[in-house]
Amino acid sequence: MPVDTTREATNAGPRRVRRRRRNGRVARTTLLAGVFLLGGCAGDGPSALDPAGSGAARVANLWWLLFWISVAVFVEVMALLVWAMVFRRGRDTRVRHGQPLRFVAVAGAGLPLVILVAVYAAGLRDLAALGEAPGPRAPTIEVTGHKWWWEVRVPGIDGATANELHIPVGERVRVRLHTADVLHSFWVPQLMPKTDLIAGEVRETWLQAERAGRYRGQCAEYCGTQHAHMAFLVVAEPRADFEAWLARLGSTARQPETDAQRRGQQAFVQGTCAGCHAIRGTPADGRIGPDLSDVGSRWSIGAGAVPNDGGHLGGWIANPQTVKPGNNMPPQPVDAARLPDLVAYLQSLK
Amino acid sequence: MSAREGIAAATGTEALTTELPVGRSTGWWGMVLVVATEATLFACLLGSYYYLRFQHGSPWPPDGIREPTLLRPLVMTVVLLPSSLPMIWAERGIRHGQRWRLHSGLAATLLLGATFLTLLATEYAETLREFTMTTDAYGSLFYVITGFHGLHVLVGLTMICWLLAASLRGGTFGAYRHDRVRNVAIYWHFVDVVWAAILFTIYLSPRL
Amino acid sequence: MSTTATPVDGAGQEDLARLAEHWAERPGLRSWLSTVDHKKIGRRYLVTAWLFFALAGISALVMRTQLARPESRLLSPQEYNQLFTMHGTAMIFLFATPMLFGFGNFLVPLMIGSRDMAFPKLNALGYWVFLFAGLFMWASLPFGAAPNGGWFAYVPLTGEQNDPGLHIDVYTLGLLFLGIATTAASINFIVTALKLRAPGMSLTRVPLFVWAIVATAFMVIFALPALNVDNAMLFLDRRFGTHFFDPEAAGNVLLWQHLFWIFGHPDVYIIVMPALGIVSAVLPAFTRRGVVGYALVALSIVSIAIISFGVWVHHMFATGLPQLSYSFFSAASTVITIPSGIQIFAWLATMLLGRVVLRVPLLFLIGFIVTFVLGGLTGAMFALTAFDQQVTDSYFVVAHFHYVLIGGAVFPMLAGAYYWLPKITGRMYHEGLGRWAFWLVFAGMHVTFFPMHLYGLFGMPRRVYTYRSEPGWDGWNLVSTAGSYLLAIGLLLVLVGVVHAVRRGRPAPPDPWGGDSLEWSTDSPPKPYNFPVLPQVHSLHPTWDDASRSSMGADATEDRILADGRRTLLTSELDARRERAAEMPEPSLQPLLLALELLVFFTSMLLAWYPIAAVAVLAVAATLAVWLWPPRRPDRELGVSP
Ligand code: HEA
Ligand code: HEA
Ligand code: HEC
Ligand code: CUA
Ligand SMILES: [Cu+2]
Repeated sequence: MPVDTTREATNAGPRRVRRRRRNGRVARTTLLAGVFLLGGCAGDGPSALDPAGSGAARVANLWWLLFWISVAVFVEVMALLVWAMVFRRGRDTRVRHGQPLRFVAVAGAGLPLVILVAVYAAGLRDLAALGEAPGPRAPTIEVTGHKWWWEVRVPGIDGATANELHIPVGERVRVRLHTADVLHSFWVPQLMPKTDLIAGEVRETWLQAERAGRYRGQCAEYCGTQHAHMAFLVVAEPRADFEAWLARLGSTARQPETDAQRRGQQAFVQGTCAGCHAIRGTPADGRIGPDLSDVGSRWSIGAGAVPNDGGHLGGWIANPQTVKPGNNMPPQPVDAARLPDLVAYLQSLK
Repeated sequence: MSAREGIAAATGTEALTTELPVGRSTGWWGMVLVVATEATLFACLLGSYYYLRFQHGSPWPPDGIREPTLLRPLVMTVVLLPSSLPMIWAERGIRHGQRWRLHSGLAATLLLGATFLTLLATEYAETLREFTMTTDAYGSLFYVITGFHGLHVLVGLTMICWLLAASLRGGTFGAYRHDRVRNVAIYWHFVDVVWAAILFTIYLSPRL
Repeated sequence: MSTTATPVDGAGQEDLARLAEHWAERPGLRSWLSTVDHKKIGRRYLVTAWLFFALAGISALVMRTQLARPESRLLSPQEYNQLFTMHGTAMIFLFATPMLFGFGNFLVPLMIGSRDMAFPKLNALGYWVFLFAGLFMWASLPFGAAPNGGWFAYVPLTGEQNDPGLHIDVYTLGLLFLGIATTAASINFIVTALKLRAPGMSLTRVPLFVWAIVATAFMVIFALPALNVDNAMLFLDRRFGTHFFDPEAAGNVLLWQHLFWIFGHPDVYIIVMPALGIVSAVLPAFTRRGVVGYALVALSIVSIAIISFGVWVHHMFATGLPQLSYSFFSAASTVITIPSGIQIFAWLATMLLGRVVLRVPLLFLIGFIVTFVLGGLTGAMFALTAFDQQVTDSYFVVAHFHYVLIGGAVFPMLAGAYYWLPKITGRMYHEGLGRWAFWLVFAGMHVTFFPMHLYGLFGMPRRVYTYRSEPGWDGWNLVSTAGSYLLAIGLLLVLVGVVHAVRRGRPAPPDPWGGDSLEWSTDSPPKPYNFPVLPQVHSLHPTWDDASRSSMGADATEDRILADGRRTLLTSELDARRERAAEMPEPSLQPLLLALELLVFFTSMLLAWYPIAAVAVLAVAATLAVWLWPPRRPDRELGVSP
């Protein structure tokens, strides 16, 4: 699979490729859906069956192997069961003879053993492939899990962003995983299986996308109240765009242009916000919450809680607890007059 | 069935009214299983010790805690391990229906066990000045493991006192009926053996 | 309560009279509280476990209702997290294991031809502790203080600073409390099966169900301590400031996971094993022949018990441990499927060579095979680390374990419930009602849990109280929710069926199915002393062979009647030769008292009333001292030399 994806990706536009590949998936998954005909399909969702990177692709292939084997085994068992129920119905006579031990040993132990040895070998090969780390010169991204958001940094650059990381298409990118509090798990179904974030240790994984796109990631280890809203976005883009992102990460945040934005910045810097949030190039340098220097361009607010638009942003600032109950940002004493300015300012930070 | 009459005689009504010591009693099996699960408990505790130790790496003990001193633990060992001997002697005694051996043997074991606990107390009095259960994981392991064993010794001693009381009251133990004595003995031997494992893990292994 | 006293030649009327007198428990509150009869205790286990099942199941229905649509606001995250934690914890600890121990309690003495368990009073204690521990944990829910860390309560999330309040203390103390009951019951099962088997029931004649129960009990003996140590450490960390799980102070968070799963994996087989035993026990009656490959099946039971201690890391495949250890545990997890395969095909062969009689119990067994095989197959997939890392902690896993738990444990339980209902209650169930219940439960089960495979693969993580609308998520979640209602109705019908049987069911004959094991040669329900004459066993299917049957009638011997006193027979461990008769204890209030004292202890530990806890400990010690105090006897009888 990874092979032909690269080939397709080069001679066809990403979107078209995706649609074509997706149809294959639809066929397969509806088959898998079997009895019900509601036709669940992966679509644009973060589906492991719609891989976009070599890691996930390997596992998807492994899955289809296992799937077809399981179908075979299941059919075999069902056949025997139905045979018994149809042809062995009987009056209450008692049967004593017959101990087909060979049948039991072969069908129950022999065949499975053969199948399992083969499958185990395949699994081991894929495990090794997932395990090999990218080369020393590969780009590295530091991700820190917080309850309940992701802090994203790049070594050598002192800026930070949240809940969104960018990678260059085709390249393997090293991701180093830390946690600030409890266990979390870093999972991008379409790109790479999970790696847990272990308190007191650093874990490493890698990402590689065969085709440009925005891939949904999600915390996969139960981490308390808002485990549900601890999503993130991986943006795979051409090398140039990736470097532009790095540059933005290093530079200071955009300066306010309109009066509203200036008033907003004032309110932010002088208000409680600065205690928890940093905005590069302003006195605000709080470390408790996400760095907001580029909050205007984020795909969501609250790590996937709500989409990032004026209304939701205002609602969030007014009272984050109604938007994402239990998250670690308390309701803020912002007077209603200042709210629109704050929103205007934060939205301008792109 | 040929030997029915014979069996009937051996297990017939009147013969059955006295428990002839035939085969293992249910009580014996019960105690053996209790000991088995308890042993697993200690195995998990000691396993945790090694896991934390090797995950942490040297220096061990961490945080500048000194390696445990050996003298007192060795004395404690010399006191506790032999305490099984009078116990065995007492059990043998009651099997021959000799109550005086039961009494004196239990008394001796009681004495040794009590000495062990006092020594443990003095050990704590010293170590507590240096580190406590809340200092770090090492402290937690040290006190929880030794303390949990100390608790078992205490339980063992209580059982021995209970046995003494019962047998002094008379009409309780004899050559045919001494299940409880045997079970307490099994438990006590177990408590002894566990100490050996603890001595090695907590006191000796850091020096290896 | 019984229908007619079947007069037995061999045990004369006066013997029956004396037996009845020695074993009778005169009705009344006191004897209700003090009974040590394994049949009554077994029934109580079954009823109580079903009660906790209903509570946990209803929690699940609420959860499903919340998950029916994306962005639903029916439950707050805090509520949802307590619900799913209680659901999982209760289903595993308060329903599955106790329910199967309930079957064991009722059946083991009957199947091995004994008059009670080896330690009847300990048995009673076990039940009371189980009841109190269960109430102890459920009581926290109304106060909003229920456990909320998931059923495996990973640290540091469950540490003091991340989860203040009583939630986790309820979890740790509750499970430590419950552990007493589980351990006691296990020891009791092992000793009973070793020493109380009817004469002639050598190891090769022990019913497979008893094999399963004993293997399970051994697993408990060696697995449960790991959980107890884990919970004790967590409690100490939270209350008394130790640092076992604190990486800042030389502790380690993965220690929790290792200890938990060293218990946790064997535990899933602790759950499924007795259920598989039920399958082997029910099948012969409806295939009119013994299970094929008795030795093979017994062997695979034992090997599952052993191997299951070597696979725990497959629950930690995403924690980033060394690949070498992963490849080992992956191999072990793959191998462990083999013994299960052997059993499945042994049962299939039994059906293929037998005469299939389609009654409700067999329907549930068929439902079991279909469902369990599917669940097992996904399990075998997880065994491959690479695949597991993709689906772990997604709904795919939730699908797997409901297939194996409901397919592998609940279906056999229901089969057993219908099969032994006549024996337990003395009444027949309504066949039609039973068939309806089966089809509803079966359909509901698959409609609920099959889609979870799909949205698991589509990327839906587990343990989320709500989710954003994603392709392939919302539709299937709605289906699951609908299915869970269907399932609930089905189970409600099971409940109705049982009530109907007890109220209106026609009286059951001693052996309605023509079963092969000894319980079918007792009355329905059995007399307090089970067997007027303890059988002399000559084969694996005593009720099917004349020699064994007549040993309870025509050629009964005095030494197997034991009518003078409350007595049963002890036999040798391996080949079950007569050793001696043993006195069985009278009913007593001590078990209840001891359990209450323990309840006081754990409650005061929870609420930090340490002085009261100390008093409770003394009370426990005193009660035990009295309980075990040796009876006084004349020196002649003791054998004392002057
Ligand atoms: C009744 C309980 C039960 C049973 C019987 C099983 C049976 C098995 N389980 Fe399961 N398991 C659970 C309960 C159970 N499990 C629970 C509760 C969890 C989740 C815990 C949590 O995270 O909350 C879990 C999770 C779980 C995981 C971790 C998943 C994860 O969290 O990432 C794994 C990984 O290896 C696994 C493997 C297996 C295997 C290999 C079997 C095997 O024993 C299955 C063997 C049976 C068969 C294979 C079918 C019959 C065989 C044949 C028809 C022969 C032919 C077969 C082949 C050729 C393959 N299980
Ligand atoms: C034996 C074990 C067992 C059983 C039988 C069940 C039964 C069910 N479980 Fe189970 N479940 C677990 C063990 C079990 N579960 C475990 C271990 C977890 C993991 C928890 C964790 O992550 O920590 C879990 C998690 C879990 C989740 C995932 C939660 C999450 O990750 O966010 C879900 C979601 O749908 C779910 C649903 C159900 C449903 C709908 C049933 C249904 O089958 C329930 C049906 C039963 C009833 C409805 C009650 C009985 C009915 C009556 C008495 C009739 C009267 C009642 C009514 C009329 C309502 N369960
Ligand atoms: C006590 C600390 C604290 C204060 C004060 C605080 N925040 Fe936050 N803020 C947080 C935390 C923690 C988060 C992350 C919440 C989450 O996603 O779980 C957050 C998230 C946000 C987000 C969403 C960021 C993203 O990418 O999802 C915005 C926007 C925001 N805060 C704005 C503000 C503004 C404006 C103020 C002042 C009026 C403010 N915050 C004051 C802690 C704080
Ligand atoms: Cu972080 Cu779940
Ligand atoms: Cu497992």
